[in-house]
Order: sequence, then C-alpha cells, then structure tokens
Amino acid sequence: MSAFFLNPANRAWLVLLVATGATWWLGDVGAAGTGAILAMLAIAFIKGRLVILEFMELQGAPLVWRLLLEGWLILVGGLILLAYWISLK
Amino acid sequence: MTAIATVLPVEVPAAKRLPGYLPVWAFIMAEMLLFAMLFASYAFARVDNVEMFNLHQQTLDRNAGAINTLLLVTGSWFVVLAVQAARRDDSRAASRGIGLGFLCGAGFLAIKVFEYGSKFGEGIFFSTNTFYKFYFSLTFFHFMHVILGMVVLAILWLKTRQSAYGSHDVHGLESGAAYWHMVDLLWIVLFPLVYVMR
Repeated sequence: MSAFFLNPANRAWLVLLVATGATWWLGDVGAAGTGAILAMLAIAFIKGRLVILEFMELQGAPLVWRLLLEGWLILVGGLILLAYWISLK
Repeated sequence: MTAIATVLPVEVPAAKRLPGYLPVWAFIMAEMLLFAMLFASYAFARVDNVEMFNLHQQTLDRNAGAINTLLLVTGSWFVVLAVQAARRDDSRAASRGIGLGFLCGAGFLAIKVFEYGSKFGEGIFFSTNTFYKFYFSLTFFHFMHVILGMVVLAILWLKTRQSAYGSHDVHGLESGAAYWHMVDLLWIVLFPLVYVMR
C-alpha cells in the first residue's frame, strides 16, 4: 500500500479525486459569490497544475514549456476572475 | 581501491526533456489557446446576462458533470501508468493502461449523450438562449476532442499490443498521452466554469 504512494502519478490522482469532490460539494451547497468563485478557481488551478506537471510530465521539461502551460492556466483563470469581478459590481 | 572509486557512478541530474514530439506540443498549445478564447467569451458574455446565466445553470446536471470529471482524471491517470509501464518495457501493462483510459473516455461520452438527450427531451436546444448556446458549443466542442483523443488512444493501444514502445523509444506514446491529458485539463476548467461558478 505504501508503495502506491511512492509513485507521484498516484498521489496526483488521489488529490484530483478529492479536489473534484470539493467542487462538486460547493455546487451542491449552492455556494455563490466572491468567496465561492475564488475557491473554485483555486481548486481548478491546483488540479490543472497537477495535470500539467505530473500527468503531462512537464515537471522535468525545459522551463519554457512549463511556463507556456502554467501561463495558460494563469491567463484563463485571470480572465475568468476579471469577468466575474466585473459581474459582481 | 582508487581505481574502483573512479568507476563508481556519479549522480548526474537528468537533462531537461520535453516528453513526446515538439509539433504535437505546438498543436496542443494552439488547441488550448482556442479554448482559452471560448472560456473567456463565456465569462464575459455572462457579465451582461448574470441572472439569466445563473438561472439556466441550475438546470444543468451537475452530478453528470462531476462524474465526468472523475472519469477524465482517472482516464488520464491510467494513461500515465501506461507510459511508465512502456518505459519499463512492460507492453502488457502499457496496453492495459491505454485500454482503461479509452474506457474512461467511452464512459464520458455515454454520460454526455445521456445529458444532451435529457436536455433535448426538455425541449432545450442550442438556439434556446445565450446560456444554452454557450453550454452546447463549449461542451460539444470538448466532446469532439474527447472523440479525437480516443482515436489517438485506439491507435496507441494497437501499437502497444505490438510492443512498439519501450525504453528504446516512447516518444509516440508520450505524444498521444499529452493530447489525452489536454482533454482532461480543458474539462478541469470547463466543469466549474459552466456547471458550478455563480
């Protein structure tokens, strides 16, 4: 069982399951507004980063590729955050 | 004694390496920028229609969306295990991982078809209103990418059955795997955005 946790891909998968459950729960309780939006974007960011670094294996890739993919995640998250911030005003 | 010391392996940090083929990554980047534009379009279109978006978002099947997220992250995980197996020259485990990844994709499609079917049954279509226009375009465009990803997995599965990949060369497998992970990554953003955030 402990051998299972030695593989970073296995650890990433478990975190992804729990994080998906968190977003699911936030939806079920009807979370809305600034705090909920920030929480969901943070969860999506953590999940996306795990997929990029552990599944796409860009952890050990030349820095430019890491920056491109992680930059995409920051760009998308930032644009969504901006739009939601405008909509809350 | 000193002679032995000279032949002991020295820990050299592994060179930075991009998995798979460069053109595949260029294609992945282009696809992702396209989706970035779609996601931003949704978010900014919502600014002018907040009440309408919030109202119709409630009609979406959040459980179907969440289960589909679990299917894609699990499918991705199986494919990572397949790549790891190929590097160990274990083609059997590699093809098993690819096959399981494919099945997760098939599960995703089945749930989506059921989801669309129930929407059509309620008389809700692409043209119903702005929210559904976005819901259908974003999810259907992603749906097509799941299908393409599964075609890639099917090819990889056949090749792993022929033991085409191993410690000598795993580039083709890594490239296809990267595309499959992109499909997963896109849904990780799409699900909270369209189904949950309000």
